[in-house]
Amino acid sequence: MVFLGIVLGSVLGYASIKFKVEGNPLVEKVEATLPQTQCGQCGYAGCRPYAEAVAAGKAEPNQCVPGGDNVAKNLADLLGVEFKPVGDDQGSGPKPKQIAFIDESTCVGCTACIKVCPVDCIIGASKLMHTVIANQCTGCELCVPACPVDCIAMLPVKENIANWKWHYPVFEIKKAA
Amino acid sequence: MRTLYKFHGGVHPPEHKEESNRLPIAPAPLPKRLTVPLRQHIGSPAIPVVKVGEQVLKGQMIGAADGFISAAVHAPTSGTVSAIEPHAVPHPSGLPDLCITIEADGEERWIERAPLDYRNADPDAVRLRLRDAGVVGLGGAVFPSYVKLNPGAPARIKTLVLNGAECEPWITSDDRLMRERAAEVVEGIKIMAHLMHPEQVLIGIEDNKPEAAAAMQAACQGTGYEVVVVPTLYPSGGEKQLIKLLTGKEVPAGQRPVNIGVTCSNTGTAYTVHRAVNHGEPVISRIVTVTGNVPKPRNFETLIGTPIAEIVQLAGGARPDTVHYIMGGPMMGFGLNNLNAPLTKAVNCVIAASPALFPPAPPPMPCIRCGRCAQACPCELQPQELFWFSHSQNFDKARAYNLFDCIECGACSYVCPSHIPLVSYYRFAKSEIATRDMEKKLAEQAKERFELKQQRIEREKQEKAARFAEKAAAAAAAKAAAAASGVEDPEAAAKKAAIQAAVERAKAKKAEAAAKAEGTGTPADEIPQGDSDPLRAKARAESYAPQGDSDPLRAKARAESYAPSTENNTDS
Repeated sequence: MVFLGIVLGSVLGYASIKFKVEGNPLVEKVEATLPQTQCGQCGYAGCRPYAEAVAAGKAEPNQCVPGGDNVAKNLADLLGVEFKPVGDDQGSGPKPKQIAFIDESTCVGCTACIKVCPVDCIIGASKLMHTVIANQCTGCELCVPACPVDCIAMLPVKENIANWKWHYPVFEIKKAA
Repeated sequence: MRTLYKFHGGVHPPEHKEESNRLPIAPAPLPKRLTVPLRQHIGSPAIPVVKVGEQVLKGQMIGAADGFISAAVHAPTSGTVSAIEPHAVPHPSGLPDLCITIEADGEERWIERAPLDYRNADPDAVRLRLRDAGVVGLGGAVFPSYVKLNPGAPARIKTLVLNGAECEPWITSDDRLMRERAAEVVEGIKIMAHLMHPEQVLIGIEDNKPEAAAAMQAACQGTGYEVVVVPTLYPSGGEKQLIKLLTGKEVPAGQRPVNIGVTCSNTGTAYTVHRAVNHGEPVISRIVTVTGNVPKPRNFETLIGTPIAEIVQLAGGARPDTVHYIMGGPMMGFGLNNLNAPLTKAVNCVIAASPALFPPAPPPMPCIRCGRCAQACPCELQPQELFWFSHSQNFDKARAYNLFDCIECGACSYVCPSHIPLVSYYRFAKSEIATRDMEKKLAEQAKERFELKQQRIEREKQEKAARFAEKAAAAAAAKAAAAASGVEDPEAAAKKAAIQAAVERAKAKKAEAAAKAEGTGTPADEIPQGDSDPLRAKARAESYAPQGDSDPLRAKARAESYAPSTENNTDS
């Protein structure tokens, strides 16, 4: 019995060294659920730090503002905790997608927005006007307060033929005659 | 006689072909104004290459293909470009899209049309011609033909299937085209075969079009192409279904026919290929069936860009009890919400619908899981399960049940005893999944960019720190070396002496000036500063203060710190 215990114990010990999982696999899963906006609205410096905090139990799973209730729900499911809506009063779905727009006639070319853009999607150079790579903008809004001349606006993405979706079928229920 | 295979399921709705297939194709008159959408094909929309106010000729390219999957669009007639702006288009969303509006001048002046000798031309040149002539699949998917007709090296095409099945009820445009212009369709098939080198060419036609089959048979004499008459069963004109019928081969889930060495094209496309290559005419018109609740249903050869309202007028106008219009067939088409929308390459049929012809669907009832949809499904899917998952928005499950193999033919909705519009749910689920996939991809890209930026910032920080450390080390080393040797570097010493001298001189000058000012009664602070005083300027130049160091001590320190580097320079 003792011998068996030693053998099995050493096997387990060996396995724990050999098949050691690097890092916390939960962090990866949490991060995959997040929208990668990198906006910092959760109070962390990006999606990865927030994912680490959520996985470690230091942050609530309902702090992701751009992800909205969808992400909060998925995270709650993943962590096995009760779902709480995002924010105190809004508690609605994700925000409508917005992207930054630089008014090029007002832009003074100070590069302040380029420095704060977490995903490097503002291009331009010092004293030359800047512009946003529209399809890479995550809508994090970090560039809006950075602009000294207030030339950045967040514009909602309009529905067009390219991004239009079929709607969920809804039927009118009529009263039987 | 070729053995015909069978595909699973299928339905047989009333055909309603008789209404419109009796009369020959009539040319539609030239409208006053034509609106040509830039997005008439799958892929990226064309880029406008004309400006407002520009004169264009009939057949002139007004939108150039953009990117790999795209096709050009052309002016359907000669006239003036009056607008390039969003306009109503035939699309289920009812949203406007970018269009080029042309005011016709009525002269119909053509561009120079040059035929291309495809037999002696580079196949890529032929494909380019097709792209720039705006040739796209006219069967409904409007996929650019030049992409499809590129077999590629590894995937050799064994069978070229021409789709003349036209299985949707009411539509007869391909039927009339094959009856009247079989020889030209076959010329187009020859070009396609020349590009693809298939071992066999099969032309599938449903048995409710015997005249078309006979005409094609006659035109195919001596070419080796085989006309195969297939039984009338919806959706035999579905690409994968027709391939199964003719070759017995099944396209695997999630793959395309090219993966099993087959390519399928519409006969109408073959006709436009012929016009583009042998006549140099781009796709500026198509044959459209106008039928349903109209007095004179018929096929019209209509210019792309003609308002659909005018096309309906050609058939005598819709009767007063018409409630809506369907673009395409009743099984797969969609309701048009704006008759100002123009005819596009995708519109093969316009049906005026009245409650008598198309009674409104009874309200949907709960699914009773009878399984009739599964029996009717030509893709051998489980429509009731797909409905369940789409309805509950369980998208992962829907995908796992091969939702994306659904061709949206509507056979399941047609047989459903509970009148559930099943296809609406599948379309919803498909577009929702596609959007989420897209968002996921964008999120991954954002993450990558974010991480790259973090790495870059980190790297820059380290490089900066390294540079500072190096500089500090070099300065310290030089100082140590100087201290160790006990004697100052002669050059630095000379410089130092010069600076010292300059400082002394400057001081003397200042004192002198102050004394002078006192003498003349000028306040000291009014003494002209700067280089206006030649002596001062000289002193400054000597004192090695090009940066404008006014503090002599600082200048001295600077000179010292620069000394080692000058020494290095002389050494090297």
